[in-house]
This record gives sequence, structure tokens and C-alpha cells, in this order.
Amino acid sequence: MSTPQVVEVEGLSHAYGSRQALRGIDFGVARGEIFGILGPNGGGKTTLFRVLATLVRPTGGRARVLGHDVVEEPGLVREAIGVVFQSPALDRKLTVRENLVTQGQVYGMRGAALRDAVDEMLRRVRLADRAGDRVESLSGGLMRRAEIAKGLLHRPQVLLLDEPSTGLDPGARQDLWEHLRGLQSREGVTVLITTHLMEEAERCDRLAILSEGSLVACGRPRDLKDEIGGDVIVVAAPDAAALKGEFERIAGGTAMVLDGTLRLERPRGHELVPKIMAALGDRIDSVTLGKPTLLDVFVRRTGHRFWGEGAE
Amino acid sequence: MIRALLATRALARREIVRFLRERNRVFGALVQPVLFWGFFGAGLKASFRPPAGSLGMSYAEYFFPGTVVLILLFTAIFSTISLIEDRREGFLQGLLVAPIPRSSLVLGKILGGTLLALAQGLLVLLCGPLIGVALSPSILLRAVPLMFVIAFGLTALSFSIAWRMDSTQGFHAIMTVFLMPLWLLSGAFFPATGAPLWLRTLIACNPLTYGMAAFRHALYPPAGPGLSALPPAGPSVAVTLLFAAATFALAILLARRPAKGGAA
Repeated sequence: MSTPQVVEVEGLSHAYGSRQALRGIDFGVARGEIFGILGPNGGGKTTLFRVLATLVRPTGGRARVLGHDVVEEPGLVREAIGVVFQSPALDRKLTVRENLVTQGQVYGMRGAALRDAVDEMLRRVRLADRAGDRVESLSGGLMRRAEIAKGLLHRPQVLLLDEPSTGLDPGARQDLWEHLRGLQSREGVTVLITTHLMEEAERCDRLAILSEGSLVACGRPRDLKDEIGGDVIVVAAPDAAALKGEFERIAGGTAMVLDGTLRLERPRGHELVPKIMAALGDRIDSVTLGKPTLLDVFVRRTGHRFWGEGAE
Repeated sequence: MIRALLATRALARREIVRFLRERNRVFGALVQPVLFWGFFGAGLKASFRPPAGSLGMSYAEYFFPGTVVLILLFTAIFSTISLIEDRREGFLQGLLVAPIPRSSLVLGKILGGTLLALAQGLLVLLCGPLIGVALSPSILLRAVPLMFVIAFGLTALSFSIAWRMDSTQGFHAIMTVFLMPLWLLSGAFFPATGAPLWLRTLIACNPLTYGMAAFRHALYPPAGPGLSALPPAGPSVAVTLLFAAATFALAILLARRPAKGGAA
């Protein structure tokens, strides 16, 4: 028997007017997985997130959460999910505690159970000492922590997070991941997380890579990288395109020209570097040799640069 | 059901807390109408000549119930401007993914605004005796529930207008060309009697005219000054209730419509 799929997406597409944001996407997420949706900004991941959160009605295909269709049974989907938005869904005029209490009441919690849940959540995200402060007085990072606490308060079975690391410093990012791992192991929570950060995508159990509304790859980060195999050689040159033919002859294979660089994947790349230097040394700026990264997976699958890269 | 009510109460309470934390809102919704009353009451005192069948009251007294309704309108407007802010700041999307019926979201927001409007309107109404509007428990018993219904209808109306908007500028425009005239042409500011026919027609078609009339009927004994020129009490109350029910239904209908495209 296969693991029950907590999230099932079939042929999902969505258009904003004439702009196609999602073009027929299929994937499934198993119970207790941390599933990443990686893609450059504008690649369709926020649209996918909004469809799963029942905020956008897709124009084609279907999506189910715990077996409930997001269009036909949004109420049951909403019961099951906790949502952490990219721009925090907090009332800035209320205190952190008031925000959480309001959230709990909206989700049907009350009395001592609500109080305890709020206290525990404030402790977990380390906001207990700021509980009485208005949200508008918090820094971006603290605001995000309050938003995460809000999304988790009712103990959802499925947690959707849209770019949760935005505005978090590395320490807070680390805390967030420890927290997600804890939820996964202790409570079997399934986590879907959108991100444009490679290092965050690396941490996911499985990953879907979205580009221009299409799913270009899906699998464990390690498997995706292993598919490329060997090493990645990147040659940077003032006129990279002109060197393409020569470079391919030396290295053997087909190179890709990208932003003034030539990239090629080959086994035992270290043996090629001296040859490249000997033949092209005076016409190139640098030769880089590395293990394939998710960035290489993206480049290989799409043939173009990952736009989010420059931001990091 | 209990859960939906709990959510409604939580949202209504939030509305009130939020309003009280923004002092300029309290100031704007309450003080401006009172200033209007003071200025117009004094300024128009001499030139206000009620048409045939004297109203038997000063302009200040005539304008007083109109001022109370203006406070209800302003508070309704201010609290639904906060709906636009909720959308812009992202708070609203958190509610849209919550497992509560849309009607309890709508009711929470409108009820919060209504209670605020009622509290402020009542504050001014209680000053009535200072200018000759006598109040008694039985008058309050009639007037206060009526104010609640008027405020509810106005808040639901401006909720419906604000629901799709994402900028407060757009709402300000509608407020100026639609909501303010709604009030101006309700008999709050001047009586319909003596106005040209086209204006009287507009006034007769304005649902708030009946709210205003019902409110005046509530404040005075049956044969009170000027009441005979107004629509009768019973139908006025009925129209006011109907208006509140219709605007509430409209607000729920709009909020239930699934978002298409990029909106939501």
C-alpha cells in the first residue's frame, strides 16, 4: 500500500486574464513530508500556494488536500491547513497576544485551552517577552515569527508557508527549520513551503521546481542533483559565445551559454581544467569546477538562468 | 454555529479595540458632525424659514437628529475603510483561509462598526436635552434600537462598496459623491417640503429618508412638531429594517463570491 497522499495536484493550471501562471502541474505530497516548491519569482509558486490555500480558484485541473477538493470543499480544506503568508496577515494595531487570541477564537478555541495554546506558541517562537507589544512595533523578523505562531496555533495537519524566510536573519531561519522538523517528527505535520532560496530548497525532503508555470523537476534534492552526475565546469569569458565550439571540442559535450559563461557537465572535471586553461587561458576570466547544485538542475532543465540567484 | 458566533464576536471585538486605538478616528467620526451642527445651527438660524405649517422648532433642533445620523454614517464609513486596510495589510487573507462561514466574517466586521457607531451616536443623543430635545426612557427605548438598525444598514452598505477595493482613495471618492449625498438628501439637513419636485423625488427614493423619518418619529410624541410632513412612522421603520437586511445580504453575497484572477 502506498503512503496516503496528503496533497494531490493534477493538471493544475491557472490564468490571470491572458497571462498563464500555471500550465498543467502534477505532483503529490506524502504525509509528514517537508515539500519544497522552488522557483524564481514570477515562476508560479505563489499562485500554486494561493490555490492550495483556497484563495484562488484554478482555471483548470484540480488540487486536493487530505482528499478534499480545494474548489468544491474549501471549508474542509481550511480546517486542515495552517497558512503562513509572505506578507504577515497580522493586525498591526493589536498586540502579538491579541492577534493570537483573535486567531484562536476564529478557529473555535477558547478559555484555558486557548490561553495555554497561545502561551505555548509564544514560547516556541520566542516572543513571550514581546507578547504585549503592538505588532507595528516589531521588526520584520519578529513579525514573521508572530505570523508563524499564528499559522500554527490551531495545530493544522498541513502547513503552507509562502517564502517564510523572507526577512529572517540566518539564526531565525535556523530556528524556523528546527521548528518545522520538530512538527514533522513529533506531530507528523505535512509542510509545503515555497522558496526561491537554493539553500532552503536543499533542506526539503522533496522538491518541485517551477519555472514559467511549468513543473520542470520533482524529486529528492539529492536525486535531482545526481541525475546531472559528474562535475559542473563553468568558464567565464568576455566573449563566451565565441569560445563555445572550441570549449566543446576540448571538454567533449554540449555547453550552454548563459550570462557570459559557458557551462558543461562532465565526469572527472578536474582532469579537464588544465586542458581548458592551456587552450583558452588567455581568453577567459575564470574556470570554476563544482559539484552540481540545485541551480545546475534548474539551468539544465530550463536552459536559462534562475532569476532569483542575483538577489542572494 | 457556536463556533461561527465565537468568530463573529472575536472579529467585532477586534474592530472596537482597533478603533479605540486610533484616536484620530474617534475624533473624526464624532467631532466633525458636532462641529457641523454648531456651525450650521448657528449660521442658518436666521435664514431657516420652514415652509407652510411651521416646524415649531429652531434649525439647531431640526438638525440635531440629522447630526446623530451623520455620526452613524461617518463611523460606518471609517470602520469599513479599515476593511480596505485589512485587505492591503494582509490581515484579511488570513480570515479568508479560516474555516468560518463568510457570513460570520461579514457580520463580525459590520457588527463591530455598528456598535461603535451606536455608542458615538448615543453619546451625542444624550446631549439632546441641552438644546431642547427632551429624552425619556421610553423615547430611548424606541430611538436606540432604531439607531442600531440605521447604523447596521449604513455599515453594511459601505462594507459592500469597500469589499473589492484596495485603495482608500477610491473609497473617499465614493464617499463624497454617493454616501454624503445619501445623507444630505434624507431630510437630515433640510426638510423635503418646499424643495423642487426633482429634489423631492430623489429624497423620496432615498432609503435613508425613511431611517431619518423613523428616527424623528421616535424622538417626539405622535403629533410632534414637523412630523406630519414626514413619511409615517410604521412604513419608515419597515423600510429601514428592509434596507439593513438588503445591504447585509448584499455584503454576504459579495464576500462569498470566489476570487477570480489576482484579486482576493
